[in-house]
This record gives sequence, C-alpha cells and structure tokens, in this order.
Amino acid sequence: MGTGRTIRVLIAKIGLDGHDVGAKVLIFWLRDQGMEVIYTGLRQSVEQVVEVALQEAVDVIGVSILSGSHIPIAQKLVKRIRERAMEDVLLLFGGTIPKEDVTALKESGVHGVFPSHAKLEEVSEFIRRNVKGAQ
Amino acid sequence: MGEKTGEAEVRPVVSILGSPVKCFYGPEDLPGFDYAEKLNDPGEYPFTRGVYPTMYRSALWTMRQYSGQETPESTNERFKYLLKNGQTGLSLAFDLPTQIGLDSDMPLAEDDVGKLGVAVDSLDDFERIFDGISLDQISTSFTINATAPIILAMYVLVAQKQGVDQKRLRGTLQNDILKEYIARGTWIFPPEPSIKLVGDVVEYCTKEVPRFNAISVSGTHIREYGANTMQSVALAVSIAEVYIREVLKRGAKIDEIAPLFSFHLPIGGRDFNFFEDIARLRAARRYWARLIKEKYGAQDKRSLQFRFSTGGMGGGLTAEQPLNNIARATIYAMAAVFSGTRSLNLACFDEVYAIPSDLAILTSLRIQQILAFETGVADVVDPLGGSYYVEKLTDEMEAKIAEVALRIEEDGGIVRMIESGAIQRELAGQSYAIQKKISSGEKILVGVNCFRVAEEERDLEIYKTDPETRNRQLQRLRAVKENRDKGRVKGALKRLEEAAGRGDNIIPCLFEPLKEKATVGEIIDTLKRVYGTFKEPTTV
Repeated sequence: MGTGRTIRVLIAKIGLDGHDVGAKVLIFWLRDQGMEVIYTGLRQSVEQVVEVALQEAVDVIGVSILSGSHIPIAQKLVKRIRERAMEDVLLLFGGTIPKEDVTALKESGVHGVFPSHAKLEEVSEFIRRNVKGAQ
Repeated sequence: MGEKTGEAEVRPVVSILGSPVKCFYGPEDLPGFDYAEKLNDPGEYPFTRGVYPTMYRSALWTMRQYSGQETPESTNERFKYLLKNGQTGLSLAFDLPTQIGLDSDMPLAEDDVGKLGVAVDSLDDFERIFDGISLDQISTSFTINATAPIILAMYVLVAQKQGVDQKRLRGTLQNDILKEYIARGTWIFPPEPSIKLVGDVVEYCTKEVPRFNAISVSGTHIREYGANTMQSVALAVSIAEVYIREVLKRGAKIDEIAPLFSFHLPIGGRDFNFFEDIARLRAARRYWARLIKEKYGAQDKRSLQFRFSTGGMGGGLTAEQPLNNIARATIYAMAAVFSGTRSLNLACFDEVYAIPSDLAILTSLRIQQILAFETGVADVVDPLGGSYYVEKLTDEMEAKIAEVALRIEEDGGIVRMIESGAIQRELAGQSYAIQKKISSGEKILVGVNCFRVAEEERDLEIYKTDPETRNRQLQRLRAVKENRDKGRVKGALKRLEEAAGRGDNIIPCLFEPLKEKATVGEIIDTLKRVYGTFKEPTTV
C-alpha cells in the first residue's frame, strides 16, 4: 500500500444489464488493495450515478456493462460529468466490449477500458497511476 | 509435493469436494455397491443412468442454439437459417427491455432495444417472429422469467391464429424468477408475487398446455455467478421446491405438476472438471427421484424423472486465442452428452466479445452434429456407468448436494437468503476466489495465464446490431398504438388489474389485453400497481 490518501471508487451498473458478478469481483479486489469502494446496484441512470459520485466525492467511476450498450451510455455519462464540472474524476469502463470499441470509448472521453478478460491488477494499477495524490 | 510411489513423482489433485483424488479407482472404492439401488437400468428408478431406457438411440438430444436479435423480422430470418441448417428446436432470446417489462419507446429502454435479443412490444411482434414457422412442428424454448406469463399467453394466441391446438404445443419457458435475484438481474416484482406468477404459469400449463415444460429451473446462471458444481444443482432444486410448494398449496397433486418441471444446468465454465460435472448430473437425477418420491410422495414415473437441458457457460471461454473456445465447447458438449442431457445449447467462440456471429453459432451447431453423427458417443446410454471413479464421485456428489440443500433450509430457506442478500454475497465471494486463483496461476487457463502468444490480434468478425433496429421497432410500435382502440385497451387493462388484485390466475386474464394490442410495458405497469417492485438488498 502506498502512503497517499485512500482512493475512493464508485462501481456502477448503468442501464438494464443485470450481470454484476464481474463488478463485484472487482469491488472485492479494489477493497483488498486498500481502496474505498461503493456499489450502486443495478439499473441506475447516468444522472443517478453522477449524483452519487458527486456526493461521495469519489476519485474514480467504474462502469460495468455486458449488454453491448457501452458506447451510447459512455457518451451520455461524459456529457453529464462535464456538465457537473467533474472532469477530475477518472472514468473507467469494463465488461463485454469488442476491441474496436475500445478506441471509440476512449475518444468519447473514457480514460481506461478493461474488457472482461482484463486482469484485476491492470485495473488497480491504472487507478493508482492516474488518481492524483494517490500512490 | 507429490508422494513417491516407486520411481514416479505423483502430482497431487484435490476434488471440488475437497478430498484428494487417487491415481486410479477400484472395487474397494465401492464396497457393497448395489446396482439396483444405486443405478438400475436407464429409464428405471432412481434414473441415475438416464430418464429414458434407450436415450439417444431413440431420439438425439435437441440441438438448440440460443438466438434472437434486433427486430422480429431479423429473428424470424435467423430462425429459418438455423432450421435450414439442421437445428431441431428453437430457443428465443429476448432483449432486456422485454425481459423486464419495458416497451421500446420507454426512456429506460433507450440503449437496449433489440440488443441482446429480439424486442417484443406487442402480440404483433410475436406473430412476426414465428411467421411461416408452424408451431405444431417445432418446440421452442423461451429464456424469459419476470414476463414469462405474457410470453406464454402470446405463444398460445399465435398457435390459435395458426390453427394449432394448444394442447399440442411443445417447448419450455424458463419461468425461474428466483435465480434472477441471485444472478442475471431481470426481476420486476418482489419475490412473493413473483413466486405466485411462476405458480400461475405451472397451474395453467398443467391444464391447458400439458406438453409444455412450464418451468426450467436454472442452475446455469447461478454457476456463472460463482456457485460450484454441487451448489448449482442444490440451489436449483431448492428453488424448484419453492415453486412446487406454491402450486401444491393451491390444491394440485404432486404427480400433476412435477412432470412439468425441467432444469437447465451448466456444463463447463471456469472451474469445469469433466468427470465431476458428469457425476453431479448423474447424482442430480438420483437425488431428485428420491426427494420427490420420499418427501412429496410422488408415484408417477414422470414426476421422478429429472429432465434437464445443458448449456451456457460462456464464462469458461476466453478472449485470448478465441478459436481455443471451439475446443472448449466441444469438450463441454461431450460431457453434456455423457451426462444424458436432453437438449444442448453451446456457448459460441466469439461470445466474449458480443452476441454470436452467424459463423460462431453455426460452428456450435456443427460441434453438436459432429458429436452426434461422427463419433459414436451417442450410441450407448450412460457409457461411464460402472466406472469405479465415476460411481464413487456420483455418490459423493449426491451426498454433497443433499448437504448444501439442508444448509439452505437451516439458513431460513432460499427466499430468505435472497431477500437478505446472503446467497448473492456468498457466491460472489466464491467467484472472487476463483478469479484470484486464475490471477495467481494456481488455476490454469490456456492462453490466459500460460501458453500465451505474443501477438494475439486475430480479427474476428463480431456480430453488430443494426443501428436502425430501435427506429424500426419504434415505428412498428407507433403503428400498433395508432391502430388500436384505446378505450378497449384501457378496459382490458382495468380488468387485468382487478383480476390480479383478487389473486386470480393471471394467464387467462392476459388474453384480452394482448388481443387488444396492449403492450408488454403497459401490462407490466398495470401489474406493478398490484404487486409493487423489488428493492435490491445490499450485497457488497
């Protein structure tokens, strides 16, 4: 563990997709890495997620999607994050995401994309490297 | 730390049951083994070797790939493509809005219309899916749970329109809502009214659609969520018992309803073990037969036959070197056949990326056909029966399934464990444990944590949903809404609400609103006023 402050992460399920075991596995992992992690539960709207992120002052929003709806949801989420002036928040997407969509997601403003075969360590390392004041 | 036996070092192996696995098994592992009691011939109690005497020599398993996409027209096209290529049953996938009772034009549905399956807003859509497919010639499996009553009613109405007697309809409704609260998440109402609706479907089918499997209790999604191989059976059977009790309390007899129960069980996955998976399905048949006979007093042979389909388990497939998944699926399929499955749906090699392409779905069908017609594995019933190892494992699995089921009962029953989130927490924790074993290399996944290749870029042609899907579906829905009599729709929904309030069996009450072209979303909103909606417990 580093000496920096505790990183706060919000893991979110947006839209109708109900597959959340991957999200939960990641939550357990990030907690084991010393991070504080909040989970939204299923079927959240973009607006709800951004409000929770704001209230909880999180450093990271991680969205898990396996339903193929990642691109439109990412676009709406980035727009909302900008409206609420939360550009400092690190935005990650994970789930069933085809290779060619990774670039599209990054272009729309997502910082890190972790398809379902990504290693848990890759996610936690990416967070540590990219959250300001963390180590 | 293998033990030395003579010269050779022996690699230690521990079973999923936690016991050390020997290098070979012999008669001493099955002391006092009684053939008639433990196995008996196929088709005879306790059905360990199979539910029918001649199994695949009389009828092969049904080859039924899960499919459904975009609009009713495009799904109808894919169905015809699969039938033309020798598929012997249909399995319909619905999009998420249809599964949780939203219409394509509702705001929450916006990003999911036609994505993971076909969009069904009204009876009109359903008729188009089966256009040119005669319902007395085919059996159809529906992966549908919270909205299963509506889909059943629609299928009956399509049959009526085609002039097919509903007593001749064959197929399966998943209709297993309790596992949706654990895994998969397509719940709408709280557990209590949801169990009532499951009971309505079973009760209605018993009387009116007797050749239909009213329910397919699914251990598959629970396994994907982290359940081990024994838990996938024990949880499914515990859930089935909740539904059985629901219908029994309405005065039904066990022998009227038990024959309508089928199961959908996993084969394969991240912690797949060929012999353990086979043994636990053989054990499941014996466990069910004894349970239904001894606990519920069933006498009809059909009540005691544990009939299951197998499939799913895309969770065992890898994004790395995706063609390896064809080999994995082949081995899963072989295990399913050795287990005596009655129907098989194989995960497709590109499913890690998206819903399967035509090529991937056809390859899964071809795997099944190669097994069935080229290899001889389907020639003899239960070919592993009598193997010292498999029989020993089957005994151990049966004992473990009983133990897990008992523990669930002692913990207050499966419904309570779902409501409190206890079972979700336990299984997600197990999933995390498996993932850590893969990360550490303790659990080997070829191409993932060993035998990797430096350059793994292989461009698969991934299935893409037609971006026009939602617009097409919205146009159709608008046309349906414009061409119906609003007053009659309102009246029909009002009568539905009253019937639900009285606690009537809901199925017969759905025909009128559906014929008036009430939408799935309108019907579900009506029922929500009576039943309420589910609030998720905190599970992590």
